[in-house]
Amino acid sequence: MIRPTLGGVLAALALVVLMAVSVPALADVRPPADAAVAVTPGQDIPQSLPSNLKSNPAAQLWQGVGDGTVGRVSIPDPQAGRLIQTSGMEWLEFRSEVIGFWGMVAVLGMVTALTAFFMIRGRIKIDSGRSGRLIQRFKRVEVVGHWLTAISFLLLALTGLVMLYGRDLLLPWMGPAIFAGVAEAGKYAHNFGGFAFMAGLVMIFVMWVRANVWDRYDFNWILKGGGLLSKGHPPADKFNFGQKTVFWMVTLVGVALSLSGLNLLMPFWFTSDIETMQLVQLIHAGLGVGLFALMLAHIYIGSVGMESAFDAMSTGQVDINWAREHHSAWVERYVAEHGEPPVTQPPTKGPGASAQPAE
Amino acid sequence: MGKMAFLCDGDRCIECNACVTACKNENEVPWGINRRRVVTINDGLADEKSLSVACMHCSDAPCVAVCPTNVIYTTADGVVLHDKDGCIGCGYCFYACPFGAPQYPQKGNFGSRGKMDKCTFCSGGPEETGSQEEFSKYGRNRVAEGKLPLCAEMCSTKALIAGDADVLSDIFRQRVVERGFGGGSYGLTESRKQRT
Ligand code: HEM
Ligand code: SF4
Ligand code: SF4
Repeated sequence: MIRPTLGGVLAALALVVLMAVSVPALADVRPPADAAVAVTPGQDIPQSLPSNLKSNPAAQLWQGVGDGTVGRVSIPDPQAGRLIQTSGMEWLEFRSEVIGFWGMVAVLGMVTALTAFFMIRGRIKIDSGRSGRLIQRFKRVEVVGHWLTAISFLLLALTGLVMLYGRDLLLPWMGPAIFAGVAEAGKYAHNFGGFAFMAGLVMIFVMWVRANVWDRYDFNWILKGGGLLSKGHPPADKFNFGQKTVFWMVTLVGVALSLSGLNLLMPFWFTSDIETMQLVQLIHAGLGVGLFALMLAHIYIGSVGMESAFDAMSTGQVDINWAREHHSAWVERYVAEHGEPPVTQPPTKGPGASAQPAE
Repeated sequence: MGKMAFLCDGDRCIECNACVTACKNENEVPWGINRRRVVTINDGLADEKSLSVACMHCSDAPCVAVCPTNVIYTTADGVVLHDKDGCIGCGYCFYACPFGAPQYPQKGNFGSRGKMDKCTFCSGGPEETGSQEEFSKYGRNRVAEGKLPLCAEMCSTKALIAGDADVLSDIFRQRVVERGFGGGSYGLTESRKQRT
């Protein structure tokens, strides 16, 4: 890929106005009587400039042109009066060299780390086995809110990644015609998917914010490393500290992504200068790839990483033994309120293992 | 091959906007899009100056470097052209372009961005030369007919000139020598291979 160097362009811009140092008062632009050389137009074209050239009468004005002078235009868009912006080169370099490069490192690094973790630690099992007694962990509306956010997030992340890496990774093997279709479909999916994501974000925030504030179990949970590396399970309420971290990260970064995304969607609605647009684009792309890399860990632990965790978000019901190990304080309250649930599934271990389900 | 370029002589431009009008008409540029514009600095003051600006057809173009779908390309003549079929209207070429050349029709999502449109140096686009598709997507292909861009042809003071960069610099050098002072030209250096 060709990348213009900033220096090269700046030098070119400086040359736009080959101005001299001194700035005399405004002069007549007709050839002065003492013009350096008398030439007959169209006949002898001088090959070099004479040494006794005067400076341009408007040198100072021309100098400003390279620094973002805004003039007046007679077309309706007053923004078109901006003659030159030089930050575009820094922007495109940062986009590919910093965000593109480090984003790739973050995503691949996370995949490697999770694979290694899986190979060492394996799937986290329910230590006490399944009791066959199910308790309701999430209501249907909570499950819907979660998947609305999650599916739209994945859609946004994948289509966003096509924008960022498609030219280098997909274009060469898809060819321009197919890639054009993919990129265009991706852009529309990204533009409209943003609204599904924002709706999901509002839903999960409203439903779960109360269970995600700091509580008395969190400090101990952090001390024990969440029981992830050690044996035994520190007590936690409905959400443990790790889950709270995911919640707040998604909320805060999600809001930042939504606002910056809206700004990209409606260019120049909220700002009139190009530098702000460029900055917001970088923030959006950086947070987008970054959050995607982090969410891979959440996806891992919720699916292959931990036995039974996926049940909570599919049926909304979990085995009480799983819940006792990971959310003991929450289970105690649940049982106090609803009583011990009946056995409805074949248990795998423990006293009731051979017994048939009650109903 | 030569390197095509525009040069606007700021000491000659009188802000008549003939270039803007010529461009819009010759290429049937849609509503709301101006491939060329005239910017007036210090408007109404004694040292007022005007410049006619469009795509400079940079030899090392930022828009070419950034486009996520890689649809902007440089021709053998050094003209920067754009393939609308692969353009997704992301707007990144506009963020990258130092001169604000890429333009967007207001018919994309939420009335904000359609496929990018910009000056073609009156040399059409990737469709078959002289075809109706080429004309309706990109405008007239005057270069294929052996003509120069109409904006420069129309310019009443010949402030705006277009053509091979070496010829343009000869013309401008002659003007500088006749005037006795340099400076005030806009465009040539961007579009030539001058890197330090
Ligand atoms: C939270 C999940 C999201 C992720 C992971 C994400 C990621 C990305 C990425 C990686 C890019 C490409 C940047 C580049 O190529 O330099 C991008 C562009 C963009 N994003 Fe997002 N984004 C998300 C949410 C949103 C939201 C909520 C909106 C707004 C409704 C939005 C609107 C946009 C727009 C308009 C662009 C520019 C591309 C285009 O014009 O089609 N994004 N996003
Ligand atoms: S002036 Fe702008 S649009 Fe034209 S080639 Fe240069 S960067 Fe691209
Ligand atoms: S608007 Fe079109 S031409 Fe410009 S960078 Fe985006 S895809 Fe490329």
